[in-house]
Amino acid sequence: MKNIWTIAKKELRSHITSPIASVVVAVFLVLSGFFIASLNRWFNVLSLQVAQTPTYYNQHNINQQVFAPLFHNMSIVLLLIIPLLTMRLFAEEKKIGTEELLFTSPLSVAQIILGKYLASLLVLLGMLILATLPVGFAFLFGNPEVLPFLTGFLGLFLMGAAFIALGIFFSSTTENQIVAAVLTFGSLLLFWIINWASASASGFWKGVLDYVSILQHFDNLTQGILDTTDVVYYLSFVFLGLFLTHAVIQSRRWR
Amino acid sequence: MIAVSGLTKKYGELVAVRDLSFRVEQGKIWGLLGPNAAGKTTTMRILTGFLPATEGTASVGGLDIFEKPNEVKRILGYLPEILPLYPDMTVSEYLAFVAAVKQVPSPRRREAVEKSVRTTGLDTVKGRLIRNISRGYKQRVGIAQALIHDPQVIILDEPTIGLDPAQIIEIRSLIKSLRGERTIILSTHILAEVTQTCDGVVIINEGRLMASGSLEELTAAVRTSDGAILRVRRDSAAAAERLRSVPGVDAVSPAEDGLRLEWKPGLDPRDEIVRRCLDGGFGVLEMRPLALNIEDLYLRIVTGGTEQ
Repeated sequence: MKNIWTIAKKELRSHITSPIASVVVAVFLVLSGFFIASLNRWFNVLSLQVAQTPTYYNQHNINQQVFAPLFHNMSIVLLLIIPLLTMRLFAEEKKIGTEELLFTSPLSVAQIILGKYLASLLVLLGMLILATLPVGFAFLFGNPEVLPFLTGFLGLFLMGAAFIALGIFFSSTTENQIVAAVLTFGSLLLFWIINWASASASGFWKGVLDYVSILQHFDNLTQGILDTTDVVYYLSFVFLGLFLTHAVIQSRRWR
Repeated sequence: MIAVSGLTKKYGELVAVRDLSFRVEQGKIWGLLGPNAAGKTTTMRILTGFLPATEGTASVGGLDIFEKPNEVKRILGYLPEILPLYPDMTVSEYLAFVAAVKQVPSPRRREAVEKSVRTTGLDTVKGRLIRNISRGYKQRVGIAQALIHDPQVIILDEPTIGLDPAQIIEIRSLIKSLRGERTIILSTHILAEVTQTCDGVVIINEGRLMASGSLEELTAAVRTSDGAILRVRRDSAAAAERLRSVPGVDAVSPAEDGLRLEWKPGLDPRDEIVRRCLDGGFGVLEMRPLALNIEDLYLRIVTGGTEQ
């Protein structure tokens, strides 16, 4: 664990000093702020209208009408920016020659991968916490349900964690950061839209396509439904990404 | 200290290192010499655990590098050909990171960083970002990271490449200052580096071992005659004629800076040569042994294909 933390600390430092990470986080915060402000404004207008029609009053819910769409919008931004955060992780080490330092040190490849992964997770977590801070006002002055908010946040975090695992994998396959980013983005987009094909599929394949879709599992969590299937899906995604990274690095050295 | 036996590395069809065997004794500086693409870097990468070998065994400090890679990595310092530096770190931050990665216990890390900074003369730049220091200092940082955990064995891949002459001299004297305490292998294709820095040499070409041993041993092995270069004060053509009749002298030929005299190993007709020069009134400005230099040695071994 100490070795993982050594790598994680160094990676965190690189994230903080790297202009790419700063710009990426800043863009995410600005966009999230915009989403919160506009959804809030829309919800206020809606509240005034609903107040005059008691029939709809009970269906009027900030969790459903602000937080769920907010998490969805944020997840789309994550899809775009996570590849930019992860593209550097191994591609840069390979390009500048520092991988020889890492792989000739008494650290295991798994420790190096986990250190880098942990650092990126912490950046993601910090970014999500900062981005959702303004939502605190809703809790301060209103009474939204906490649990659906937390499951939504967890969903966003798990989705980001899965994106990072795939990003690390593609970063380990090349020394070109742009190539790594494009491959990550393309693959994530495919996992995002794969359930479009399930509309025309049936039986076993429909089940498979629905299960593989990233979005399908996210929907449940934003609705406040904490289903272990969804959590297991994201954790499997993470495991697979990291496992493939390990395999790529080992196979390159054995070739 | 370092023993390599039957080491072979194949990249698909390409054989980078072929059945390589050599030994380096403790406390010595040994050169791994060969032309570009001879297999030097591959050999070093295998010894450091960066690459696995296809066949063969190797041990460092008595530890098998394939069975106990982590133990070997703890006693081994490595400077790769491409300096493994993070440009956005300061020299001190970088060395502290390497110390942690090399598992120097945390209470001793600060001391380890200071010691390697002192040894490699980095005091004036230790607070600067690596991206902003000169090539010579970057090379020193590379060597400092290889020394940080006080390794018993140091492997340096082309340690003076890309440096200016003054920096080359500095780095060579730094490497020489490490002699005795540590066993060092350095790779180079610069012949002078071997004569000026190393106790012995392993010469490889196209992945094969061509020769290995101390410089004296190798020179003796390929030498077929002894001789001297003689500079006379006047009339060297006539002097050459007179010296041909000296007993034991096989050949006298004009050389770039005097006369080249050769005789069979074991004979030493130098007294008689000087006497005849003085008696004949040619005078003597200089006589120096015709040492087989490293260039001759290298060319004979590599281009002649002589396996020793």
